[in-house]
Amino acid sequence: MLVFLPVSLEEAFDAFEQRPDAQLLAGGTDFMVEVNFALRRPPAVVCLRKVAELRGWRLEGPEVVLGAGITYTELMAPELSGLLPGLAQASRTVGSPQIRNAGTLGGNLGTASPAGDSLPVLAALDAEIVVASKKGRRSLELDDLIVGPKRTTLGPGEVIVEVRLPAALGSQEFLKVGTRNAMVIAVANVALVVDWAGHSVRCALGSVGPVVIRAREAEQFISSRIDWSGRTAPHEGDLAEFTALVRSAARPIDDHRSTADYRRHAVGVCAERALVRALANHNGGTWERTSWAS
Amino acid sequence: MGELIDYQLRVNGRERDVAEAWLGESLLYVLRERLGLPGSKSACEQGECGSCSVLMDGKLVCSCMVLGASAVGADIVTVEGLSAGENDLSDIQAAFLAEGGVQCGFCTPGFVVSVHDLLEHNPDPTELQIREAVSGNLCRCTGYGRIIAAVQTAREARRA
Amino acid sequence: MSTALDVRRGRLGESAARPDGVPKVRGEFAFSSDMYAEGMLWGHIVRSPHPAAAIRGIDVSAALQIPGVKAVITSDDVPGRKTYGLDYPDQPVFAWDVVRYMGEPVAAVAADHPETARRAAAAIVVDYAATHPLTDPVLAADAEPIHPLGNVLHRQRVRRGNPDATGAVVVEGRYETAMQDQAQMGTEAGLAIPGEDGGVDLYIATQWLHIDQEQMAACLALPLDKVRLHLAGVGGSFGAREDLSMQVQICLLALRTGRPVKIVYSREESFLGHVHRHPAIMWYRHHADADGRLVKVEARVILDGGAYLSTSTAVTMNAACMAPGPYRVENALVEAVAVRTNNPPCGAMRGFGSVQVCFAHEAQMDKLAAALGIDPVELRLRNALKTGDSLITGQVLRGTAPVAEVIRTCAAAPLPTGGPRTLAELELPGGAGRTAERDRVRRGIGFAVSIKNLMYGGGFDDYSSARCRLEDGVATITCAAVEVGQGFVTLAQQIARDVLGVTDVVLAPPGTSDIGSAGSTSASRQTWMSGGAVQSACVAVRERLLSSVAGKHAVARDTLEIVDGRVVSPDGEVDLPVSEAAPGEVLEETVEFHHAPTAELDADGQGDAFVSFAFAAHRAVVDVDLDLGLVRVVEIATSQDVGRVLNPVQLVGQLEGGIAQGLGLAVMEEIVLDHGRVRNPSFTDYVIPTALDMPPVHIAAFIEEAEPGSPMGAKGAGEPPMISSVAAVVAAIRDATGLELPRAPVRPQDIALAGSAPGPVPGSGPNNVEVSP
Repeated sequence: MLVFLPVSLEEAFDAFEQRPDAQLLAGGTDFMVEVNFALRRPPAVVCLRKVAELRGWRLEGPEVVLGAGITYTELMAPELSGLLPGLAQASRTVGSPQIRNAGTLGGNLGTASPAGDSLPVLAALDAEIVVASKKGRRSLELDDLIVGPKRTTLGPGEVIVEVRLPAALGSQEFLKVGTRNAMVIAVANVALVVDWAGHSVRCALGSVGPVVIRAREAEQFISSRIDWSGRTAPHEGDLAEFTALVRSAARPIDDHRSTADYRRHAVGVCAERALVRALANHNGGTWERTSWAS
Repeated sequence: MGELIDYQLRVNGRERDVAEAWLGESLLYVLRERLGLPGSKSACEQGECGSCSVLMDGKLVCSCMVLGASAVGADIVTVEGLSAGENDLSDIQAAFLAEGGVQCGFCTPGFVVSVHDLLEHNPDPTELQIREAVSGNLCRCTGYGRIIAAVQTAREARRA
Repeated sequence: MSTALDVRRGRLGESAARPDGVPKVRGEFAFSSDMYAEGMLWGHIVRSPHPAAAIRGIDVSAALQIPGVKAVITSDDVPGRKTYGLDYPDQPVFAWDVVRYMGEPVAAVAADHPETARRAAAAIVVDYAATHPLTDPVLAADAEPIHPLGNVLHRQRVRRGNPDATGAVVVEGRYETAMQDQAQMGTEAGLAIPGEDGGVDLYIATQWLHIDQEQMAACLALPLDKVRLHLAGVGGSFGAREDLSMQVQICLLALRTGRPVKIVYSREESFLGHVHRHPAIMWYRHHADADGRLVKVEARVILDGGAYLSTSTAVTMNAACMAPGPYRVENALVEAVAVRTNNPPCGAMRGFGSVQVCFAHEAQMDKLAAALGIDPVELRLRNALKTGDSLITGQVLRGTAPVAEVIRTCAAAPLPTGGPRTLAELELPGGAGRTAERDRVRRGIGFAVSIKNLMYGGGFDDYSSARCRLEDGVATITCAAVEVGQGFVTLAQQIARDVLGVTDVVLAPPGTSDIGSAGSTSASRQTWMSGGAVQSACVAVRERLLSSVAGKHAVARDTLEIVDGRVVSPDGEVDLPVSEAAPGEVLEETVEFHHAPTAELDADGQGDAFVSFAFAAHRAVVDVDLDLGLVRVVEIATSQDVGRVLNPVQLVGQLEGGIAQGLGLAVMEEIVLDHGRVRNPSFTDYVIPTALDMPPVHIAAFIEEAEPGSPMGAKGAGEPPMISSVAAVVAAIRDATGLELPRAPVRPQDIALAGSAPGPVPGSGPNNVEVSP
């Protein structure tokens, strides 16, 4: 047996025991590119498509628990997009309808590309990623799972099984810059969450570093400047400082898709726009930008 | 190439045998080179053009992005499975012809499958929804104008 | 629901259905990549990873050890001429001593599975000594030659009138257009089957069967009748298939192994394995009087031809001759030069030299308009060519030249309603990325006009051959004209129906064995040349048919005509269907159709070098995110000088498709090079417009003034849509941003990082226009 199609996690782990050299296949949208281009020649494959525990999602109190096999299309469906709006927005920017039907959240994590579109959202929501193996389960934060471009700390025989996220947390925005309106790898992407209850802003940047970057200085700064009672809108000057701090958190490179200068510039523009939108939306649009003090 | 494998796929309603295949073959390769179904086209092998689009368990996917051996148990429909019989055309295929939506034709099978999927799930799409639905299908010849017109024609005909 | 289509109807002027449409929508049409032969092997070409290197040795021993590998070949195995080329054979089938571009073929293998062939290719060890590549086209002419024939591929000067003339207003600029790729959806593919006679049959997607055959015969050291080409289904072309790709290599593998061999290029290989559009650097200076009338145009154009000659000679000639655009100017000093570098070879792509200079001359006209305070459309009208005017080559325009009509009708098209405040989120720049802030989106409008020389010129005796055979009311047309998607097959049937009144028209499969050359599917020439050949052949058959009927009925031949499928005489005495008019007779005529002769250009670029010209105007409306530099093209309107509409829906298809490629070069397409290395040979990073990028095209007018000399009055229509569309889109972005933007494609950083927040250029046209519905 060279290609396993387990229907349960237990069967998947058994497959790994049989073939420790088997490679994991989720949606195939990254895996198959490598196979088709002869960059990867798997001696055996464990396909996760039918594993029951990886499908679907559920609500557990204040948390949404997503099966790692959930696809981008499923993340865009009405119920889930209400609970996880940032992730739904990000999913809509991924590839094409064909890719969105096949690509999975677990796959996006496993591939660990610096440009992965779900990753900034997961970072901004402090996602808990559950990994399982024959030996049991463990939970990780995103930056403990993804440690470099296309590098994870997943061990042999380990499978990403779930992603746990807070349900309907605050106002969420996801912005992605690309040179075309569909099927484009992000030149820069930004996820931003305004946690009204927790009085904090989280801002995660993608495609501007080897891994997703939480712009913590910028977050801390703007969180301390927002009037959480909602009476006064933020100052333009604070916004400018926030944007500058976001830019200084970015570590972009020049490559064939774009330049470091542009990426740094773009991520600042996007973070600022995301914040303004998130703040304006919360107040039912009463915080029009033009009414802000300078 | 290492060990070869055998498996069965259900394509266009029929069980088909795949024998002595290399495990790394994409579903696209298997359809074209082993199952005598060359209607799906290979234009990029990385899910960026949609020429290889098929329906898998009712979902539109790029067959180049599917490991052939991983599609066991799934219901696969290709462009060859969309017309009723010999020399017959689906209404969508007829609309593509009537509106001039076919030039070189290389992208056409992928579009036909995508549009079948679109109208199945959304019988009354706006122009913008049509464009988004086919945003994963590249065409280099037509500039999409006549293709959009074909979808609108098919949409109207189904409403009537 | 299912419907069968009756594809047999349609005469000239009607939107006849294409005869290959049904198989195409059913997925049954056989493209070259769909070909199959019992016992076939898979071939794979080994390509240089270096843009410049000496080859010290090639070791194929490891490859030959791999089970399933049947042959490995290199330059040593090419029995005839080791090189090929459309104009001059300077390009090696396989490099043997040096490689001159990344992707240059060095060897090839044949094996029983494509994966085995790939592994065998990877096992071939080529000992390269990489050298420093020559990649700057500005330096190339004076640099150390990278080829025995030198680094200047062609130089074309055009000098007219008084070189010292000056005008009251002078504007200048330096412009650049990047390397564009045809990116046709069907990658290169072929199937070669060795013949029992020691020859070979090649099933191939190409643009010109007979020129391929000629080059192949020389390399294979075979007589022409042993090199038999058959046209396989072509998945688009746009110039990519004008040069040989795998033709010689695949035939060598087939002849060596004695088995059929198939090669299908991957997308990456397709990017590396065919010619591209010449990148251009252009310096322009326009002199005009105070009323905006052009006094002199000076232009210097450098075209980067890459490693080998291909069709650089003709591209250079076109660029030089079309340099000022569709305008009257008495004085001109133009020099275009194509240079050899270690960048990827460049050659034919739709537009062929005019695209580049149009980008520059239209930017110049806008600069002039701004300098003079004249409306840019009005300025163009004042200078527009008309019949009887001369080009800078001295050629008098004797055909139709409705440039003013084209400009007026396009400019008069109503603007799209709404604007950034009213559009849906998905329709703003950035699309689903949701990056746009409506207050920071500015709308711009740009206008551009172009001229394209149709068909071949410069004294080349271009022709096409066709045969018409009529038997029992069925016409069979044999013509080697390659169908690449443009609809020539439809037109051929329409012509036969029109001339002979038959319904059933069969098209024989194009090949080299049964008919002479039809010339290339390029240069907007097939409707005129092969359409002309088909028409002439049908007319000759009609002549014989009517003479036959006249003889049988003892009436004068000139009293008979064909009306509605019947041979009739005015008094009704003769009235019978064409299908019964010559029972048992086979009437067959073969014709070689030539266009009127053209002349070579002299040392000053003077001469009647071209057969005909077509003109087009484009108006683009764009929305620009000023801070992120993202652009959404909202609408492109166009008018085109077409001579006569032969098939409305197919003509629309040419305009919309060409405009999409123009939009691509304006805002997103370029082959990114790094010291000769192609950085983006994939659809991930060489991005072409999707359905979400391409706006509706509004065709303001087809200007139908029948072109004298054209067999049906029509002008070629394939290239003009690609030309001024590029310039119009970038002009619109300039209007929205106030930036000079001298480069195509415009990249987001060109707008976003240009300096302080962009503002509109005064007098450059309306912007931020919101038009009420």
